[in-house]
Amino acid sequence: MRLTLPSLLKSASTAALLCVTPTVVLAAGDVSFVQAVEPPGLDPTVSSPVAAGQVVWQNLFEGLVTIDAAGEIQPQLASAWEISEDGLTYTFTLVPDVSFHNGQAFSAETAKFTLERILSEDSTNGQKALYTVIDSVEAPDAATLVLHLSAASSDLLYWLGFPAAVMIEPTSVETNATDPVGTGPFKLDEWRKGDRVIMSAFDGYWGETPALDTVTARFIADPQAQVAALKSGQVNIVAELAAPELFGQFVEDDTFVAHVGSGEMEVVAGMNNTRPPFDNAKVRQALMMSIDRNLLIEAVKSGYGTPIGTHFSPASPYYEDLTGLYPYDPEAAKALLAEAGYPDGFEFTFKVPTRTYAQRSAEIMQAFFAQIGVTATIASSDFPAAWVQEVFKDTDYDMTIIGHAEPLDIGIYARDPYYFNYTSDAFDAAMADVAAAATPEARAAGYKAAEEVVAKDLPALFLYSEPKLGVWDAGLTGVWENGPVPSNDMTDVAWAD
Amino acid sequence: MPPLKKFSRQIAGLVLLLAVTSLVIFLAIEAAPGDPAQIMLGTNAQADTVAALRAELGLDRPLMVRYLAWLGGVFTGDLGTSYTYGTPVAELIGERLRVTLPLTAMATLLAVAISLPLGVWAAQRPNGPVDTLASVFSQFGIAVPNFWIGLLLILGLALGLGWFPTGGFPGWGAGWLAVQALILPAVALALPQAAVLTRVTRAAVIEVTNEDFVRTARAKGLTRNRALWRHTVPNALLPVVTMLGLQIPFLISGAVLVENVFTLPGIGTLAYSALSQRDLIVVQNVVLLFAIVVMVVNVIVDALYVLLDPRLRGRA
Repeated sequence: MRLTLPSLLKSASTAALLCVTPTVVLAAGDVSFVQAVEPPGLDPTVSSPVAAGQVVWQNLFEGLVTIDAAGEIQPQLASAWEISEDGLTYTFTLVPDVSFHNGQAFSAETAKFTLERILSEDSTNGQKALYTVIDSVEAPDAATLVLHLSAASSDLLYWLGFPAAVMIEPTSVETNATDPVGTGPFKLDEWRKGDRVIMSAFDGYWGETPALDTVTARFIADPQAQVAALKSGQVNIVAELAAPELFGQFVEDDTFVAHVGSGEMEVVAGMNNTRPPFDNAKVRQALMMSIDRNLLIEAVKSGYGTPIGTHFSPASPYYEDLTGLYPYDPEAAKALLAEAGYPDGFEFTFKVPTRTYAQRSAEIMQAFFAQIGVTATIASSDFPAAWVQEVFKDTDYDMTIIGHAEPLDIGIYARDPYYFNYTSDAFDAAMADVAAAATPEARAAGYKAAEEVVAKDLPALFLYSEPKLGVWDAGLTGVWENGPVPSNDMTDVAWAD
Repeated sequence: MPPLKKFSRQIAGLVLLLAVTSLVIFLAIEAAPGDPAQIMLGTNAQADTVAALRAELGLDRPLMVRYLAWLGGVFTGDLGTSYTYGTPVAELIGERLRVTLPLTAMATLLAVAISLPLGVWAAQRPNGPVDTLASVFSQFGIAVPNFWIGLLLILGLALGLGWFPTGGFPGWGAGWLAVQALILPAVALALPQAAVLTRVTRAAVIEVTNEDFVRTARAKGLTRNRALWRHTVPNALLPVVTMLGLQIPFLISGAVLVENVFTLPGIGTLAYSALSQRDLIVVQNVVLLFAIVVMVVNVIVDALYVLLDPRLRGRA
């Protein structure tokens, strides 16, 4: 331990001498952003991808391609690419003279190593499933990378822009979790576990030098504490405020920008589609019609949220508004329930994860269900640990509720097994069309067909899409307003003069 | 029994107790639902990836093998490697103790500094104005949970007046700023403690004041003050020290909440996040550490009795 009595005494005496001003004033060129969940490790290619990506993606690590603030695919370490006509071969041209933070050069060999590591048998990349369509990787020369696919996949480029596929330097694999080495514009200075990650501008960056000198991620779980830190100037950006009731105070305040952006999270009440009575589509449809989604959003999210009728973010160009399919209509719901053989309703257990939005939503839904004679008993399930075990792994539940944060994740309904226990040939066919799509139009058509299948079948009750309630210092420019990828990309952030 | 022999017997009992405690902790944590590998990988991971991570973490080994490996490690100082952070648990705990130890020490000192004088003063005139004040303070301190006091302090002194940071810890390298970051959490942690101790001190002093030997001292011509400090207070300290020892577990559990309110990177936040992430090896070690602290404090309190009360020295 570095802490010794003399050092403590020294601090105390300095303290007595200085008696400095209490609040921390950040120097120009420094920005602190809040991150609710501290990632277990800083390598987004292993384990918990969301929290790690929110700290390091684009700041420390970069990919072959990237996804910009508008959700579009952009070149990054690959300056250009060509896709063969059959969609099975991808040829990337890589940017020359890129070096990692440890001085090693980035090349096609590095890229090959990174991708093969994701695909390997002992891979611990949580998103491995997205990339298994890659059959083999070749590096014919230092600047060329060739991917051979086992089947066409129109989404692959998008997945390659994800935090889970950032480029890794082979000698840093073992230490990346605590001492990440990437090609990004910032490098790691220090990770004070439980408190913050400090990054500073990397001298040898291949691209445009960022405006900021240092970027700090502060880990503050409690929304109240986040707001307190923001107001006292200890942090400058809260990209996603979890408590909508605290958002209003910033809307009128000129010293802050309060932006209602679109996120990628869909809150859905998944049902066990093989367990009666939820194996009956009419029952699921009746339950959907018993819920007034607007009222739910008002109560749970202070009105910040968009009702959804399918598993898709309204921010996506492929989104279709299907909320009209099973609108709020308790009488029709009752009739449908009677038709399904439950004229007197039924009872079930609603397994609710210990998250504020989930708990609040469940209580409102319980009241709505009661209106059509259905009795829901709420059972809390400790999230993530207990919930992942009971609902996700063992699928021992009737109904649950959870926000799906991964972008473009409607494909989960094609997974077998997945916690909904849902199977549909029509849906699988639609997803196959998406994968094989050669044009953007065909891809859009495939996605829309998939959206319509689940909107009718309702393997889950589709509730609302969570907005990204961002608050940041009005003196900042370049903060992402929307969240196509859960991240805190600081590369374009600057203090206005 | 001579004190030394008694002490060594206590130590032996302690080690046995620890072995039993460690098994209970291990089994209880194993029984909690949630697979660490699945939680780390998130809901998108497929079964083979989860299996690969389980193998990497050694979670595929039989229960007893894992327990014995852990216990063996504990005795040799190797607490294992955190599943989630990937760093040695001993290092992780060491880092966090640098915040929690000073915090709890500050809180204890503060609690004693408030409660001793207040309790003694209140006992001088039962039902007088000071006593009333002390009793209001005790009621308030016992009734109000420390995390709520913490929130109020943040609202008033940090956000309202800007005298203190709202949370976080700049690291000891920051000198005064680091001390400052611990002041409000220490106050929040100390107030409920001080409330209990004030009450105990007051009651003990009143009780001892009515003892014959104090009356005799006064009859011998000692002034009120001399009798108080020479005879009453030393004799009243015994229950106060007992209570201080009993309060240590509350101090630890209080630190878990208060550290989370003030987002301090201490043992409390480590325990909380490790538990929610099912970083079982960290949880096991932290809980064991808490258990050891409580046991050791009990031994120290026992030893202090002997120091405080000469009558106990000759007896077993």
